[in-house]
Amino acid sequence: MSWLQRIFEKPWLWSFIAAFLVWLATIVFTRGQGGGELLTAALTFATFFVIVGIGQMFVITLGPGNVDLSIPATMTLAGSVAMKVMDTQDSMILIGLVVTIACGLAVGIFNYALILVLRIPPIIATLSSSFVILSTAIAYGRGLRIKPPPLLAEFTTVQVAGIPILAIVVTALAGAMGVVLHRTIYGRSVLAIGQSLRAARFAGIPVERIRFLTYVLSALLASLCGFLFSGFSGGSSLSMGEQYLLASIAVVVIGGTSVAGGSGNLPGLWGAALFLFLVQSMLNTYQLSAGLRYLATGLIIITVITAAGGQKTQR
Amino acid sequence: MIATVTSPRFLRAILPALSLAVLLALIFYLNPRTMSYVGLNLMLNLAIPIALATIAQLCVITVNDLDLSIGAYVGFVVCVAATYLHQTPALGVLVLGAGILVYAALGALIHLRNLPSIVVTLGMSFVWLGLAVLVLPTPGGKSPEWIAWLMKLKPAYIPFPIIAAAIIAAVAWFALMRTSYGSILRGSGGNPKAIERAGWSLLKTKVAMFALAGFFGVLSGLSLIGLTTSAQANVAERYTLYSIAGVILGGGDFVGGRVSPVGAVLGAITLTLSAPFLTFIHIPPDWQIGAQGAILIIVLALRAIIDRVERRR
Repeated sequence: MSWLQRIFEKPWLWSFIAAFLVWLATIVFTRGQGGGELLTAALTFATFFVIVGIGQMFVITLGPGNVDLSIPATMTLAGSVAMKVMDTQDSMILIGLVVTIACGLAVGIFNYALILVLRIPPIIATLSSSFVILSTAIAYGRGLRIKPPPLLAEFTTVQVAGIPILAIVVTALAGAMGVVLHRTIYGRSVLAIGQSLRAARFAGIPVERIRFLTYVLSALLASLCGFLFSGFSGGSSLSMGEQYLLASIAVVVIGGTSVAGGSGNLPGLWGAALFLFLVQSMLNTYQLSAGLRYLATGLIIITVITAAGGQKTQR
Repeated sequence: MIATVTSPRFLRAILPALSLAVLLALIFYLNPRTMSYVGLNLMLNLAIPIALATIAQLCVITVNDLDLSIGAYVGFVVCVAATYLHQTPALGVLVLGAGILVYAALGALIHLRNLPSIVVTLGMSFVWLGLAVLVLPTPGGKSPEWIAWLMKLKPAYIPFPIIAAAIIAAVAWFALMRTSYGSILRGSGGNPKAIERAGWSLLKTKVAMFALAGFFGVLSGLSLIGLTTSAQANVAERYTLYSIAGVILGGGDFVGGRVSPVGAVLGAITLTLSAPFLTFIHIPPDWQIGAQGAILIIVLALRAIIDRVERRR
């Protein structure tokens, strides 16, 4: 029975169980109708949560105090700049992608420059920079909604047997990032820094370089998510990142990654992202009023985080 | 004398006041009409709720946490004040008291389960927003008369917001910096292990600080409803950012319990004044949030320079 035991010790299992229960609670209400469509929708929306979640997970794994609050603003910036540059032309998609990557690089470098030069905690650095980033997006985009190129819109929405292609691609990405985290020098360094910054320093790990790369990674994934989400939702909007401040952190914590740092968990991101979306749609299905919906969302998130996080005490 | 004035310690302490003085001078220069009783009253009115929210945030930051729900919470208080407190005062007081208890419970939860305060308070921001919408589904309600009366006071010579800010700063300064339990509270952020070994309960300090945050949040909401004519669930959405920025501008550190209540109030006033200032220099509304972010970064940069000078000596 040891394999069963080992499976149950996996911290990511619970997020999938929770997601499944919520899904069940929803389709019981609808008497089994639309269960498949709901799963497809959940996979689609969870994909975007997972993309930003991967970056946030690497950042959080760096240890206490490390969190990227500029993800929503970065998404908005990359989405609006890329949509404007591409101007609905299919031939411009590659250039749009390059611009997206450039946005991510710029934000990542800016964020880390604030952390390093001003010696302020990453929370405050990314919070301050998010104001500047968001303003840039507002001034640049002027709130205009430019449609994405048809090819990009199709890529982000196409499905095979109810499974969005994008979800498959992002699953592969998550798998690859899992290998990066556990099998490469960079990933091991991230874990080591999260477990003990001092020990990592004494061991000769280039701490500052690793942290720099991690914040750039997070910004890159956020801008990629902004690019894809704009394609998916028919254009960028100034409020498109709003949901992702809570979502990016929540999927990491609910997914079983240690908040104290030093232990990342990639499969859990998927479970947690599905769970987050399914909770929203469950509350919508139950036709609760807006107030009750907010209230329930908040309470469920706090309950799950209390149950999922926190067992591991800080060293 | 010169040595004292140029010492990093003094510079750091004076930075919040200096930033405020520079901003105020620029505003007076750009628009001399603001240099009057009415002008100051108008510009600084909103500084009272923001300063109170900033003190609430400061309490949480003192124990190394961050409250991302304070804006939603202030909005909730505003809605409760405009409905229950206005119609059935006893029930209103009860609900607001329950809100403070919830804050205290959050402190206990965060401490006992060792949870990240950012996630818990982000979740709570949904809870408060939901409750506010349930209490007041559509904008409306009315401020209790006594609050409106208090907020519209026009004392001779010195505008009310300035007096109120001074009182807030003095109370918070005395409680945190001059009482013996205040230094225990700050110590539990600076060196929790030492405080615990000295026999103080870290659970109690965290609960106390969160309860205080809830209390100042209530005051912030009450003063806000006194200024606005009617209530709305998301009226104080931006207060979360304002309060964090106010603590930073005021010279608080985010870890280690190094905070400055007086600085925080000055920071809140600076932040409030930055809005009319940006309007006076014709910064388009698109860039206002960005400009506020830039002001934050500039002040932080100045502080980094001061710290570097200090280390060199």
